[in-house]
Amino acid sequence: MSKYNLNNSYKAVVIGGSAGSFQGVVKILSQLPKGFPLPIIMCLHRLKHVRNGFVEALSIKSVVQVTEPHDKENIKKGSVYLAPANYHMSVELGLYFALSTEEMINNSRPAIDITLGTSAFVYKEKLIGILLSGANKDGALGMKNIHDRGGLTIVQEPSECMIDTMPRAALAATKIDHIMKVDQIVEFLKELDKQYR
Amino acid sequence: MKKLTEQPSFINEFLDELTVNVTEMFRDPSFWRIMREEIIPAIMLNHKQFKIWHAGCSSGEEVVSMCIMLKEMGILHDVTIIATDLDVNILERAKQATYPVKNMELNEKNYIRFQGTRSFKDYYREENGNAVFNKDLLMNVSFRRHDLVTGDIFNKFDLVLCRNVMIYFNQALQNEVLKKFHESLFKYGYLAIGSKESLIWCDYANRFIVVNNEEKIYKKIKD
Ligand SMILES: C[S@@+](CC[C@H](N)C(=O)[O-])C[C@H]1O[C@@H](n2cnc3c(N)ncnc32)[C@H](O)[C@@H]1O
Repeated sequence: MSKYNLNNSYKAVVIGGSAGSFQGVVKILSQLPKGFPLPIIMCLHRLKHVRNGFVEALSIKSVVQVTEPHDKENIKKGSVYLAPANYHMSVELGLYFALSTEEMINNSRPAIDITLGTSAFVYKEKLIGILLSGANKDGALGMKNIHDRGGLTIVQEPSECMIDTMPRAALAATKIDHIMKVDQIVEFLKELDKQYR
Repeated sequence: MKKLTEQPSFINEFLDELTVNVTEMFRDPSFWRIMREEIIPAIMLNHKQFKIWHAGCSSGEEVVSMCIMLKEMGILHDVTIIATDLDVNILERAKQATYPVKNMELNEKNYIRFQGTRSFKDYYREENGNAVFNKDLLMNVSFRRHDLVTGDIFNKFDLVLCRNVMIYFNQALQNEVLKKFHESLFKYGYLAIGSKESLIWCDYANRFIVVNNEEKIYKKIKD
């Protein structure tokens, strides 16, 4: 029996983060079990005009190469994706990404609410949403969408966050299934991985 | 729905809501540096005068950027530019070349990263909270309504820019539109798309070569 009562019905993990989330993301990606079975879809706030370097920085320690998808690129199991600078990234019903240059949302492009919200729509109860440290409330609505569609919601323990506005906004907006430190998130993903072996 | 078909101006307002047209000047400054340092000089090796098509020009920021760049290169007079969009309201705005002053901070930052040779403020004057760009910049530009999906081929170009427009089309439409671009380009003409768009799944992709993968600039090599 797994500690978190997990099973192997999940189809994707989506992660949102902003100020103070970089270290957490690096830790998660560096300790990901080899051959992790699900796609990991990340939307992290980043400088609009800096197109290069971020994905490389995240990839250095990551078990899996991180990629920024092209518009209409298919989502593959076991791949790790990052929303590109200055585009919103949504997940579409045919299991591919669509990018857009629409208005900023919550002062952000990419906006976490868009990636989380569209993922929730597509993956429904088969989605795990994780929201990390951040200084605004982007992602709270997306976490609510995930919960409302039956998915599992996790936020980083606010006391561990460099800036806890983002996880707190999510806690206020919807039911959060687990509040975890980054180390626990890593453990959680290892447990999840075992369900697919 | 009757209202939609009977009143053209209503349709246009409706379209304004639906089509998405958020843009900025010198978006992706590295793209514009490659334009200035490689693409435009390559075109000029063969033609002293040439033609550019901005397909899906939105409110014209990309066109103004192009004109500023060409002016700084001293060749604005030698270039004919046609800028098209589906949306007539947005084209009206493009013609005015007038933008909220609050957008200028980002535009100026992009211009500085592009390493423009002047002060960005030289190109516009402020009027009632708007930045009004010098009309001379657009002297060789004509704006027209054109729908990429249903519209005909209307001219031949040395360079086509269609950045962040095809992301609103599905793959089948992208394929059709790429055929039109192919036909609208002279042999060895260039096509630039958005930095996160891709042509690889289109039938006509093999008639182009990649000139710059990072900036998504292609060159037509086969008729
Ligand atoms: C995001 S803007 C691109 C602006 C600019 N090229 C850029 O990269 O910043 C997209 C534009 O495409 C136009 N558009 C959408 N569908 C179109 C179609 N079928 N034919 C022509 N233009 C279209 C929209 O009206 C909008 O102005």
